[in-house]
Amino acid sequence: MKRFITAASLAALVLAAGPVAADDPNLARNLAANCANCHGTNGKAVAGAGMATLAGQPKEGLIQRMNEFRSGARPATVMHQIAKAYTDAQIDLVAGYLAAQK
Amino acid sequence: MFNRRDFLKTAGATGLSASVATLAGCAAGGSKATGHVVVVGGGYGGATAAKYLRMWSNGSVQVTLIERNTEFTSCPISNLVIAGEKTLADITVSYEGLKKWGVRVIHDDVVGIDTAKRSIRLAKQGELTYDRAVLSPGIEFLWDQVPGLKSAEAQAKILHAWKAGPQTVALRKQLEDMKDGGVYALSIPKAPYRCPPGPYERASMIAHYFKAKKPKSKVLVLDANADITSKKGLFVKAWDDLYKGIIEYRPNSELRDVDVASRTAILEFDKVKADVLNVVPPHRAGSVVTQSGAKLANNRWAEVDWLSLESVNVKGIHILGDSTLSAPLMPKSGFMANQHGKVAAAAILNLLAGEAPSLEPMMTNTCYSFVDAKHVIHVASVHRYDAEKKTMVTVPGSGGVSAERSALEASYAVGWAKNIWADMLT
Repeated sequence: MKRFITAASLAALVLAAGPVAADDPNLARNLAANCANCHGTNGKAVAGAGMATLAGQPKEGLIQRMNEFRSGARPATVMHQIAKAYTDAQIDLVAGYLAAQK
Repeated sequence: MFNRRDFLKTAGATGLSASVATLAGCAAGGSKATGHVVVVGGGYGGATAAKYLRMWSNGSVQVTLIERNTEFTSCPISNLVIAGEKTLADITVSYEGLKKWGVRVIHDDVVGIDTAKRSIRLAKQGELTYDRAVLSPGIEFLWDQVPGLKSAEAQAKILHAWKAGPQTVALRKQLEDMKDGGVYALSIPKAPYRCPPGPYERASMIAHYFKAKKPKSKVLVLDANADITSKKGLFVKAWDDLYKGIIEYRPNSELRDVDVASRTAILEFDKVKADVLNVVPPHRAGSVVTQSGAKLANNRWAEVDWLSLESVNVKGIHILGDSTLSAPLMPKSGFMANQHGKVAAAAILNLLAGEAPSLEPMMTNTCYSFVDAKHVIHVASVHRYDAEKKTMVTVPGSGGVSAERSALEASYAVGWAKNIWADMLT
């Protein structure tokens, strides 16, 4: 598809498309990068710094933990406040990405 | 070596045709980002962007980082150095790790940027061209607003210590040299300023030092703001519990000028003489941003497109961190700058590959503050892009502050620092 599209119709297409997670191949990577500030690049925490390594953890376990933070079932200092910002779909993407890190 | 012209030929890209390619469905995996990105400033924003551009492109994008200092020194945790709990070495990290990612690191000053030619001029090492530039220079002080501090000589006596490094060590020395029974006064500028809870952490940590070593001394907080701007309840409780009679807080105390010789803060209706006077002057975006032609709000902060951190008016420059006009409830913090760096890196790689930036960036922030050597409080927020408002907004129901100060969060604060420094620099 190479025909010319005007700027106006392009803008319309972008708006119509809206945020659709499945269409963005990098979304899982980008969202997981939010964890790296505390839990290390790609979930690989600095050894001995006392932060949980998320890389290579089972996906279901990561999802369960985030759900426990969100519900309050698991006590936390800060993660309950952060976990509540992410949707089920986003948590699924992030957990899948981190689980796949070797 | 790629230059911009080569890039345009290979990618066949103007902004428009690049976006069209995405919509036509040949985005994922077909095209690959190539080109040269110059990053100005190796702090929390710039260093993160440089590393992630290399990491996420698998090395296909060339990255040059221009940084004045030969080592990174962290502002977060620097209040512990001022209080004598840590050394400068504890908050200093080498740039060698970035070189291992293939980032070309140049230690020099930027003296000019030509955004039409996409070229950056250095003080000593000539000129660099870029396909896209990342400007993450931090802040520049508005010395005009504190006339007595315009000279370098005055600035060597009345310290800010709001950029970590020699000033951090010098302020520590002034506190060590101060007699017991002296007054340390801290002037805080009107918001927005770098690190909202930072001044209150500094007041707490210096009070902690006085309480142990110079118990007759006082901490006087001269705040230009009408109230404590961050974690108010937690700071007030810590000051009541730990530092009664040591910390005095004075709101609405905007600094007009300083008499350097007598170390006097001149306020609108009052003059306050101190033994150690610490002035954080009002500030704005770093000079490379203010010189770039990027649209500034209030002549201070750069307005950016939050999908890419690109300047709203100057194409090809992405502005990060404290220099940006912060989105609502977004702090000027190192943590936030790191998140800016990642969103910008992802967007730049898409743009260099002829694709549109992601439409749903998310950014998380947690600011830890020490209230004494072993207890910490935090404020956290999570921000998502709002397509209607065209800005980042906090996600309803998320974020918050500590339930109480705790030793557990002190261990997390230190763990956070080690991890974010590694995330940026190794």
